[in-house]
Amino acid sequence: MKNRIDACFEKLKAEDRKALITFVTAGDPDMDTTEGLVLEMFEKGADIVEIGVPFSDPIAEGGTIQRASLRSLKGGTDLDKIFALVKKLREKTDKPLLLMMYINTVFRYGTDRFFLNCKEYSIDGVIIPDMPFEERDEVKAQAEENGIYTIFLAAPTSHERIKMIAEESKGFLYIVSSLGVTGTRKEITTDFDELLAPLKEGSYCPACIGFGISNGAQAKKMASYCDGVIIGSAIVNIVEEHGRDSVPHVGEFLTSVRTALDG
Amino acid sequence: MSKTGRFGEFGGQYIPETVMTAVHELEAAYDKYKDDPEFKAELAELYRDYANRPSMLYYAEKMTRDLGGAKVYIKREDLNHTGAHKINNVLGQLLLAKKMGKKRIIAETGAGQHGVATATVCALMGLECEVYMGATDMERQSLNVYRMNLLGAKVTGVNSGTATLKDAINEAFRDWCSHIDTTFYCIGSVMGPHPYPTMVRDFQKVIGEEIKRQIMEREGRLPDAVVACVGGGSNAMGAFFDFIPDKSVRLIGAEAAGRGVDTDEHAATVAKGSLGIFHGMKSLFLQNEYGQIDEVYSISAGLDYPGIGPEHAYLHDTGRAEYLSITDEEAVKAFEYLSKTEGVIPAIESAHAVAAAMKIIPEMSRDSIVVINLSGRGDKDVYSIARYRGVELDEK
Repeated sequence: MKNRIDACFEKLKAEDRKALITFVTAGDPDMDTTEGLVLEMFEKGADIVEIGVPFSDPIAEGGTIQRASLRSLKGGTDLDKIFALVKKLREKTDKPLLLMMYINTVFRYGTDRFFLNCKEYSIDGVIIPDMPFEERDEVKAQAEENGIYTIFLAAPTSHERIKMIAEESKGFLYIVSSLGVTGTRKEITTDFDELLAPLKEGSYCPACIGFGISNGAQAKKMASYCDGVIIGSAIVNIVEEHGRDSVPHVGEFLTSVRTALDG
Repeated sequence: MSKTGRFGEFGGQYIPETVMTAVHELEAAYDKYKDDPEFKAELAELYRDYANRPSMLYYAEKMTRDLGGAKVYIKREDLNHTGAHKINNVLGQLLLAKKMGKKRIIAETGAGQHGVATATVCALMGLECEVYMGATDMERQSLNVYRMNLLGAKVTGVNSGTATLKDAINEAFRDWCSHIDTTFYCIGSVMGPHPYPTMVRDFQKVIGEEIKRQIMEREGRLPDAVVACVGGGSNAMGAFFDFIPDKSVRLIGAEAAGRGVDTDEHAATVAKGSLGIFHGMKSLFLQNEYGQIDEVYSISAGLDYPGIGPEHAYLHDTGRAEYLSITDEEAVKAFEYLSKTEGVIPAIESAHAVAAAMKIIPEMSRDSIVVINLSGRGDKDVYSIARYRGVELDEK
């Protein structure tokens, strides 16, 4: 079977649209809300959803996702409960679902067992921010064997590394917009034309920009450099503010971003 | 599997892509300078004239008599400038940072010793310095916070997580991700992504080299055991490294058992930890079944860390080194014992090594020799030991 991420980008390309990829921390504030949020985000225009697996020490995250992780862990979230959530979601949606998680979560669960579960519960890909290209063999064999895509990150500092990383990345390449950790930013100043130039020669998977995108106008601008955008902290901020009542607020926000992206 | 910076299966470079180029830059600079005669001469001069090296190896005669077993020697890292072994590593890293043209230095600190050493050398070398410290640690080591300020460093409190050493490291990593071009991250122990565990050990191995030379001069033979405390493990790696090929020398690490390894309040990574990947390295960590890092506890802020350097994990795995767990109570008793017996007040971290040594010394013959690496002095701990003993001090 074709990976849902590939199918998604092919369809977007045919329609000449940009991908909108969104993130929520699983279990923040509870699993039922997360389920509602994922479905609402797909409903309001998300093409792919990343489900964040909370980690006690998320070194790549800014305050927003750190706090969300803590709220979720305090509520008792664990990886098995997240797989159970994915199972429920799969009864209602066939769109691409990713897990975003730290390498220790995969490793400690058991890399074989983890990817077998991903296959069983129809996860399409994983993003592991603390597993750089050099440590790809930590999961490569198990991921490929089970048909799970590993999406790698490239950063504004990746210049001469970006081709090598893009070749390894499956589904899409996650372009980190700015130096630093996740969190909304007023301004993104990276020279994407320069950063992404090496990928113009040859054929690579789609590239999507994330970290710091907080509104429709920013999303539209970032998408002009690549194939799509990833929005995380801006959504998690809404969840932090509205908790169990956040679903319609997130829906409203995504509608505005989708409209800007397609406009 | 990548073989870069591995000790057996331990080590590696598990860090976000944003800092990968900086780590490679550091690796290249370290490879270039580590055997450079000029760099080595500059560092040797700093060790001698600024840090007060070589540190003395002292024969603890009263302690030897009292314990009635092996002869006890104490390696006096507490007599280094800034009062601990931490200065060795900081002088090495910051000399390297200067060669690399970095102007801003960040560091994490637990007990404050690494922070103080970093602030000190930044003052010496004219570098901007920001130290991340857990809010809990700032409270129990307020003297060191003031000391860092005095030295011109900015101390930033960290309130996330347990507000201790691991959280300070998380925050320093986040800072590094944000200021990669200008900033050099001076890690305080033999941990983190490659090349840190190797580089920090290399800057600390002077301890073991000196011990070997000094004991050969005094006794004409190698010691039977070298004992050191282990949090991340830099003073222990420094003391052990030169003895690794000398199989007759037992290498003994003392880790913090807090209120006991069978309670939830300890930092005994070797005794109770499991294999994991965190803070850039594959090593042993205290964690739950889902890989969430445990909250750890020790009376000693410097040993209050849920992991251990990857080379220690390897030495443990191969059986080359042994690791003993020492409770708060045992450490405090050793703290008091060394003060009264030898007139040396040890850091509470180092008191764990003294306690471990006191367990093995009485069982050893009188012609055997034990070297305790006294990694730091205990002035900073007097308040907390008094509090532990129920004495309230007030200097107003």
